Amino acid sequence: MKYEVVIGLEVHAQMLTDTKIFCGCSTKFGSGPNTQTCPVCIGMPGVLPVFNKKALEFVIRTGLAMNCDISAYSRFARKNYFYPDLPKGYQISQYEHPICEHGHIEIVLDDKIRRIGITRIHMEEDAGKNIHEGAGNYSFVDLNRTGVPLMEIVSEPDIRSPEEASEYMKKIRAILRYLGVCDGNMEEGSLRCDANVSVRPEGQNEFGTRAEVKNINSFRFVEKALEYEIKRQIKRVENGDTIIQETRLWNSAKGVTESMRSKEEAHDYRYFPEPDLAPIIPDRAWIDEIKSSLPELPDAKRARFVSGFGLPEYDADLLTSERSLAGWFEEAVGAGGQPKAVSNWINGELSRLLNDTNQTIDACPLRPEHLADMLKLIDNGTISGKIAKTVFKEMYVSGKDAETIVKEKGLLQISDESAIEKAVDDIIANHPNEVERFRAGEEKLLGFFVGQVMKATKGKANPKILNELLKKKLT
Amino acid sequence: MKISIEHLAKLARLSLREEEKELFVGQLDSVLTYMEKLNELDTGTIEPTSHVISLSNVTREDMPEASLSREEALANAPGHTDKFYRVPRIIE
Repeated sequence: MKYEVVIGLEVHAQMLTDTKIFCGCSTKFGSGPNTQTCPVCIGMPGVLPVFNKKALEFVIRTGLAMNCDISAYSRFARKNYFYPDLPKGYQISQYEHPICEHGHIEIVLDDKIRRIGITRIHMEEDAGKNIHEGAGNYSFVDLNRTGVPLMEIVSEPDIRSPEEASEYMKKIRAILRYLGVCDGNMEEGSLRCDANVSVRPEGQNEFGTRAEVKNINSFRFVEKALEYEIKRQIKRVENGDTIIQETRLWNSAKGVTESMRSKEEAHDYRYFPEPDLAPIIPDRAWIDEIKSSLPELPDAKRARFVSGFGLPEYDADLLTSERSLAGWFEEAVGAGGQPKAVSNWINGELSRLLNDTNQTIDACPLRPEHLADMLKLIDNGTISGKIAKTVFKEMYVSGKDAETIVKEKGLLQISDESAIEKAVDDIIANHPNEVERFRAGEEKLLGFFVGQVMKATKGKANPKILNELLKKKLT
Repeated sequence: MKISIEHLAKLARLSLREEEKELFVGQLDSVLTYMEKLNELDTGTIEPTSHVISLSNVTREDMPEASLSREEALANAPGHTDKFYRVPRIIE
């Protein structure tokens, strides 16, 4: 039987505010344990939370970017449960009246656009961190993270495959980073994702029983965890076993999802309106102001790169995955680089060098205008395409421009026919066997001769002239 | 309204003896019966109240303020190390 997969994702994003959501403690990552807390965030009796306006602005920005309605009336609620990382015994979250609802984003898969609905985006405070390693018969608790502002982005059950889920996560991350509201770092936990997964026989309307998969804490694991969970569920269905509605944890070391024994799971949160915080009635003029300040978002930029620069969808998608990468591309094109050539160098050599040196595009030592200048040197025959790779790497390492490097390293292309002819004659004279085989019809040996001449000229021979000369002399 | 005393105790992390359960069931019943009186009022035309004070949009600027020192923060905890709060082990 064929099965249809139904996935909904809940994404938690830490907002890039300087202070916590309800107090003035710093949100800086990596400080010593329990050095960024105060009576409000550690839940001392008698304190009052005060809402951080920046967090509201960030979530409204996000809501607008994801095509949501911004609620005219929104309020906080208490979610009651006990856990050591939650000092108050309740989390301030939102239940009824979330700040954003009814949105959607678009993902591209196999050149097709799919729209994924956003049910709601709400605000809440993060919990602290429990540490079990090295704690013996105890657990340790660090409350620095307690009260860091989070937004929870809840999708509709519109996702139909692990690949779509991965594309959805990538798009969410790209939008959040374009907006500057979250750094999107899954490894450090500033972007987290829980998935609701179920399967149903194709054609069936009602949903199957779902399991919630938590602890998907790396981009690589989004697809892996979902693939495993789907296989597990289909196997159960085919064996006639029922799917239990439960929370399962992704175990990345074993590559499986495991049932979380429901000891800690009371699942009765007794939500009620938070009496310590006033409701939010966002000012319409302010919302309009935020809307007009939104940057060009990934989808719009991708469309513009396709129509404006004639780039293939694939190139445009890669280039617009990061705002700063797209900016780098546009600067190089602005400096005179041919768009497709610039894209090829960015997605090829530049990505490789950035990767090898563990750098991001923001700290790229190579200036976009230097790439544009180098492309001009290729176009006017000053350097060969092969030498360009050497020049490019040297530009990346030294930060110097192409012309300086070509001069310093003597990398000018040899276009003087007599110089190349001399090299060709030498190679032919030294390889009589290969010449004979070539003349007997082994045409692929042409590559061998090209390689030998290039080696002799240190890659500087003009390939067009070289090819013509070789053909003339060998036949 | 019917309330399971076991469920309530579990949510509150309390372990109750049988005689305590009986005692509290009686007490909770009388509290709830007393509150039932509110149902005699016709509230059909009244907006639900989530706040008694008519304020909205109370916010502060995103400006860092001083936090407690670690010593102060940990001072009231029943268990702590030099850096962390210390609680009974949570996971096996």
